[in-house]
Amino acid sequence: MSKLHVSTVVNGDPVEFLADPAMTLLDVLRDELNLTGSKEGCGSGDCGACSVIVDDRLVCSCLMLAAEAEGRRVATIEGLAQGGQLHPLQQKFLEHAALQCGFCTPGLLMASKALLDVNPDPTETEVRYWLAGNLCRCTGYDKVVRAVMDAAAELRQERV
Amino acid sequence: MSQLQYLAPSTIDDAVLALAASGARALSGGTDLLVQLRAGRMAPGAIVDLKRIEGISGIRQEGGAFIIGAATSGAVIGEHAALCRAWPGVVEAVNLIGSTQVQGRATMAGNLCNASPAADSVPALIAARAVCIIAGPGGRREAPVEDIVTAPGRTSLAQGEFIVAFRLPPRPARSSDAYLRLIPRTEMDIAVAGAGVSLTLDAEGRVSEAYVALGAVAPTALLVADAGAALVGGRLDEDSLSRLDAAARAACRPISDKRGTIEYRTKIAGVLARRAAQAAYQRASDQA
Repeated sequence: MSKLHVSTVVNGDPVEFLADPAMTLLDVLRDELNLTGSKEGCGSGDCGACSVIVDDRLVCSCLMLAAEAEGRRVATIEGLAQGGQLHPLQQKFLEHAALQCGFCTPGLLMASKALLDVNPDPTETEVRYWLAGNLCRCTGYDKVVRAVMDAAAELRQERV
Repeated sequence: MSQLQYLAPSTIDDAVLALAASGARALSGGTDLLVQLRAGRMAPGAIVDLKRIEGISGIRQEGGAFIIGAATSGAVIGEHAALCRAWPGVVEAVNLIGSTQVQGRATMAGNLCNASPAADSVPALIAARAVCIIAGPGGRREAPVEDIVTAPGRTSLAQGEFIVAFRLPPRPARSSDAYLRLIPRTEMDIAVAGAGVSLTLDAEGRVSEAYVALGAVAPTALLVADAGAALVGGRLDEDSLSRLDAAARAACRPISDKRGTIEYRTKIAGVLARRAAQAAYQRASDQA
């Protein structure tokens, strides 16, 4: 069977890979590029554990074919920390204990990053609705929401 | 292993050719298609990604009408200020579909052609009198949104045909719309029932034109002419609202399933039609 040659950019670096036409972006990230931070929870777009940012839009990488990534820019959890320095969202998730098992955390972090990129000063309600597609069975969400609000405040400070 | 082909044509003509092959399926946002592929509910020979066609994404205005490209995502639709002002009901219906992640990809054309009876954008588009611009082997044609879905999972599109864009008609002054759905929680669920209402008021605040469409209460979304007619000439007094409610309930042919019984869906369809009419009326009045 013929594989497709795909050229894309992942976390700022040009990347090329061969993909079976039926492979999802998540399959390629995890199994071809060894970027295993994005998780497969449901495989049907319900849980958000595979959330990545493609051309500035938050998407489920399980609901996107790898071939569709041709010429796009993909941002995954592996690109969130810069040079060993945790992103404020990651730091605040630690400080607020906004995780337990951690399976949903990469998706929640990418979804939160996408929110703060377009809305640096969200209300708690906005955070909760934005993250409605990221399921977490450990935290009950309160700590996640507090961590995001706190990270947003810190990022606003940094901008001043 | 599958013998699936992935094609990403850059022109409408090439897409029509690719889709005319037997076993070819159109890919837009993919939020339904990829789920069905994975579940093995379909085994297409080729997936034809329409998003690389020039001009298939984006929103433009043409003589008062809005032309919304078929591959425009829900997120882009929700960010378009002029569209939100003119068609708040259509926009709120589209934005109710799925999560933020799903909104980043999902499209109105996909929501329509997936042909679920509970598709949220469809009643709002029907009430808006939206028209589909369709490309196919026989050239271009146009069809109102209510003519597309023929049964759950089935459409009237012929082999090789696909929706290129939606056209929302020019809006007279004092016009607005609204869409409401009932789900047992606030997010991430499928409608038990849904109602879209679009109306125009005269200078005295009386309804001069009204369209009502219902979702999830029949095999396809319904345009309920009697329900729209019940509103015309009045100011949404209790008499016209109760006639609207009765007409909406009379049109329902729902099923009982885990989301709701026939009786509950029917009752709720009337309630949602009333509330959507009131929301649309308020929005239209606020423009005056």
